[in-house]
Amino acid sequence: MAFYRAHVLVCGGTPCELGGCRAVKDTLLEEVNRLGLSSEIRVLETGCLGPCDQGPVIIVYPEGIMYARLQPGDVKEIVEQHLLKGRVVNRLVYHEKKEEAKSVVTFESSDYFGLQERIVLRNCGRINPESIEEYIAHDGYRALGKCLTEMEPAAVVQVVKDSGLRGRGGAGFPTGLKWSFTAKTDSNQKYIVCNADEGEPGTFKDRLILEGDPHSIIEGMAIAGYAVGANKGYIYIRGEYKLSIERLQHAIRQARELGLLGTNIFGSDFAFDIEVRSGAGAYVCGEETALIESIEGSRGEPRYKPPFPGVSGIWGKPTVVNNVETLANIAPIILNGAAWFRGFGTEKCPGTKVFTMTGDINNEGLIEVPMGITLRQIVYGVGGGIPGGLGFKMAQTGGTSGGCLPKEFLDLPMDYDTLAEAGSALGSGALLIMDDSHCIVDIVRCFMKFFKHESCGKCTPCREGTTRLYELVTKITEGKATNEDIALLTELSRVMQTSALCGLGQAAPNPLVTCLKYFEEEFGAHLNGYCPTGVCTMPVANVKVG
Amino acid sequence: METVRVTIDGQEVEVPSGSTILEAARIAGVDIPTLCYHPDLDVKAMCRVCVVEVVGARTLQAACTQPVSEGMIVKTSSPLAREARRMNVELILSNHPQDCLNCIRNQKCELQTLAEKLGIREQRFERRSRTKNNLDISSPSLVRDMEKCILCRRCVAVCQQVQGVSALGPINRGIDTIVAPVGGCELNSVACTLCGQCVHVCPVGAIYEKDDTQKVWSALADPTKHVVVQTAPAIRVAIGEEMGLEPGALVTGKLVAVLRRLGFDKVFDTDFSADLTIMEEGHELIHRLQNGGTLPMITSCSPGWIKFIEHFYPELLDHLSTCKSPQQMFGALAKTYYAQKAGIDPKDIFVVSIMPCTAKKFECGREEMTDSGYPDVDVVLTTRELGRMLREAGINFATLPEEEFDAPLGISTGAGVIFGATGGVMEAALRTVYEVVTGKELPSVDFTEVRGLEGIKEATIDLDGQKVKVAVAHGLANAKKILELIKEGKADYQFIEVMSCPGGCIGGGGQPIPTNKEVIKKRLAAIYDADKGMKLRKSHENPAVKALYEEFLGKPLGEKSHHLLHTHYVKRGKYKI
Ligand SMILES: Cc1cc2nc3c(=O)[nH]c(=O)nc-3n(C[C@H](O)[C@H](O)[C@H](O)COP(=O)(O)O)c2cc1C
Ligand code: SF4
Ligand code: SF4
Ligand code: SF4
Repeated sequence: MAFYRAHVLVCGGTPCELGGCRAVKDTLLEEVNRLGLSSEIRVLETGCLGPCDQGPVIIVYPEGIMYARLQPGDVKEIVEQHLLKGRVVNRLVYHEKKEEAKSVVTFESSDYFGLQERIVLRNCGRINPESIEEYIAHDGYRALGKCLTEMEPAAVVQVVKDSGLRGRGGAGFPTGLKWSFTAKTDSNQKYIVCNADEGEPGTFKDRLILEGDPHSIIEGMAIAGYAVGANKGYIYIRGEYKLSIERLQHAIRQARELGLLGTNIFGSDFAFDIEVRSGAGAYVCGEETALIESIEGSRGEPRYKPPFPGVSGIWGKPTVVNNVETLANIAPIILNGAAWFRGFGTEKCPGTKVFTMTGDINNEGLIEVPMGITLRQIVYGVGGGIPGGLGFKMAQTGGTSGGCLPKEFLDLPMDYDTLAEAGSALGSGALLIMDDSHCIVDIVRCFMKFFKHESCGKCTPCREGTTRLYELVTKITEGKATNEDIALLTELSRVMQTSALCGLGQAAPNPLVTCLKYFEEEFGAHLNGYCPTGVCTMPVANVKVG
Repeated sequence: METVRVTIDGQEVEVPSGSTILEAARIAGVDIPTLCYHPDLDVKAMCRVCVVEVVGARTLQAACTQPVSEGMIVKTSSPLAREARRMNVELILSNHPQDCLNCIRNQKCELQTLAEKLGIREQRFERRSRTKNNLDISSPSLVRDMEKCILCRRCVAVCQQVQGVSALGPINRGIDTIVAPVGGCELNSVACTLCGQCVHVCPVGAIYEKDDTQKVWSALADPTKHVVVQTAPAIRVAIGEEMGLEPGALVTGKLVAVLRRLGFDKVFDTDFSADLTIMEEGHELIHRLQNGGTLPMITSCSPGWIKFIEHFYPELLDHLSTCKSPQQMFGALAKTYYAQKAGIDPKDIFVVSIMPCTAKKFECGREEMTDSGYPDVDVVLTTRELGRMLREAGINFATLPEEEFDAPLGISTGAGVIFGATGGVMEAALRTVYEVVTGKELPSVDFTEVRGLEGIKEATIDLDGQKVKVAVAHGLANAKKILELIKEGKADYQFIEVMSCPGGCIGGGGQPIPTNKEVIKKRLAAIYDADKGMKLRKSHENPAVKALYEEFLGKPLGEKSHHLLHTHYVKRGKYKI
């Protein structure tokens, strides 16, 4: 291998690609060649580096200096100054969007990265996702090898159980336990499904994991297959995720070529292969039984559970459905052991969680932090606070179906159980931050519109209820609602939560229910014909001053 | 049998393991209200009306689907369960026209009954309408009114699972979801057999037969018309039920009487032409057996079945018998043989059929069905439509005397009656074919192997050394299985009977509501009782049929028969009529 004096990583995640990272990379290569540096400096495209609103982003190693918001025109200066002469181009260096004086930030030392712990994103931004060799050089496929050559399937399940890993797709179901159900079920055919549907608005963690480190998912799935006795895997991925699909397919081909997929993997008699299926894009298709229907070629609608997929899934065969992030944790757990994994996070929720921060926050983008970190640490630490000097109004955790938490909850530890107690959820790790210029009723109206649109229409409470929630909340924003409407909303929410067929309808009222509880006054004001933030237009006759 | 102990509303009961909460509750004497659930179908947990509280469960559970487990504690009327059940019904009602007085299902509507049972007296949501262009009247048999649809999807299930047709399915999503023919087309532009099974399973007035009663009232009131009526075998075991008697009441004589009261000039019986069908079809089978014709031969009296094979297996049409159905044979003869005999100009004869079947409305309009020079049959009424006329006319069904059918087209045998049940055509054919081929008298006329509700039945008959293997299928999904065997060359049968509807015509799409397995069993028993009660039980012994051949047709499969009683079929393909 040639020795390079410096490595330049160019972020190739989708947001950056939209921002023009290809052009940046091309110019970089041109400039490096022009100055005759191509034998000393290696330019690499990698997965997402995190701060997506700052793209295109590059990092220069060994210093770890990060440049952001680059235009192709900036590249010449970086190459001539930094790469040739070793002088950092301050003008282009990535700055956290804090109000403080601008300072040079290196990749590892910034607050943005300092609070983070990278297990899932271990390779994202560090290796070339299109190179299986680099993945292997970073311990890739060692865990699979260890399983196949040193461990019984039951032992693999046990390690995952002991690690306390809980599913990262939303519900937080213990992964080892899920595997054990399928392992126990007798069947001539079993399946592993990687759920990469990621329909949650504002969530793109799975995409970036797949783009940045596709082999980690392939390895995780193969290990799951060995553990439960499945030899076929599906990756069900959103059709819009073109780059992820390309990278996955490329990675699968590479793995097949090296015999890491196929038959007699690592000389064992274990066989495993993976097929990529792209979804139709409906939110509900991320629900595991709807996803299975979709893989079978039917309309993507949830099925009644039981039977659970673990016992009867695709074509009635036992099927493990796991989220991308869940699977990305598997190889490190196998390699480092359950105790190591339990060293991160909390007792009931060990490990890390990848969050996608969006909304009114300085550092929008992807972070990986230990479970149990507080909301405040995320918002004001990693997140860099709220722009424009505005106050924190609420954070919605767990995506559109999560609850909305006001500032009283800033010190809440972020894990499955505490959030559920607060009426919210950790969910897929989407985190929406809103500053105090927003009207809470109006925000809720937007959420309700989303569910009205996404209900699959199969069961009564969700099909009819999502529309009714939207109608009634809209009525509040128009200043036409009464206390009876609030009572009806409350009752309807409860009926949906208790009686909808799937998680979509059950969770759809969550943001409304939490806002009715935590922002009672603001709702009350609307009933009296007054919108405190002035966002909703009220009938003139009703306007009350201040 | 393994059992589990569960507590339902405070009462501990022992129930078979694997029972649903709904079944367990029934054992405990609690009838949990349901809406989308149907005992004969695999429709599950969509309406969320049967939700109950299970202690320890995160959410309410659908009683129709959730299996019980040892020690389970169920509260069927807890505050949460009641609240959800009532509101789910309220949600459905507020998106429903609530047009009961004008509705065809008034007083026979499961939604209406449910709302009444729960005592729903107000809807707090603004009323909305599920769809604007709601009425599909494109087909000759069925009307679909999607504004009334409550999206239970029973019709989708019956069409796919029982009939193997899959003409219907949900389209759009969320509140815009509707059930529609494939691709959102009109019913008449998709491969629908018009069997009407969806009518039976629909809990509300969203699918129903096209009402042709007005045409019949007009004809009856027209002094220039000689109006004759034929009644299918399955009507005599169903019209009583439609008029409020117990399911399975056999009311042949009363049926004749009420039709006379309505003003029909002659009351005839399709059983007569069923006997005739056996003569023609039986000889066709013998001919095919002896001359190397296409085998297996398949019966052709069920028009939904004909439409099915025309749509889905056009390459197998040669297997069909060329015989018209008994209703159409009747029509062709009424306007030729009978017209001649009675000295009436056929253009003045108006033929009404009372049929258990919605597809018959389509059949009578087929262009092949005018061999008499006129439409052989003018109007088809279903059992339900006849009931409607009788109720309107105020005819007191219960107190009427029994009367006899008119001669000659009202004279029949037991073989004609059993045409109404699955296996009946086969049994009637075997009674005749055996005696014609062997020249011997059958020791027993009862071919019990081909009776009953098994989906596919088989039997082998020895015709003096020649073994004939036969099969009987009812429900088109079962027919499909047999057709697949034929396609693969694995069907070693010589003769196959197919009826579209489960149970045969007694379960036809035009029969009284409700029609389900329970009711079908009772009608089935009544059909065989009717057969037993007949003096003659073999078609070839029917004196009127014999006279017909002597006076008019000549011989089975003869020139005239060929012209009037046989037909040909159309290759339709899947997505075009
Ligand atoms: C409406 C709805 C949408 C969902 N969408 C996703 C999704 O996009 N990705 C995902 O991994 N899980 C999603 N889930 C959760 C899955 O049903 C399932 O629980 C998960 O994939 C299991 O993986 P895990 O155990 O690894 O978390 C969704 C659930 C619901 C109810
Ligand atoms: S809850 Fe909503 S999304 Fe889920 S099955 Fe019911 S209608 Fe479909
Ligand atoms: S379908 Fe039922 S509830 Fe609806 S209008 Fe008709 S009778 Fe009334
Ligand atoms: S048409 Fe009738 S059976 Fe079909 S979904 Fe609608 S209500 Fe149910």
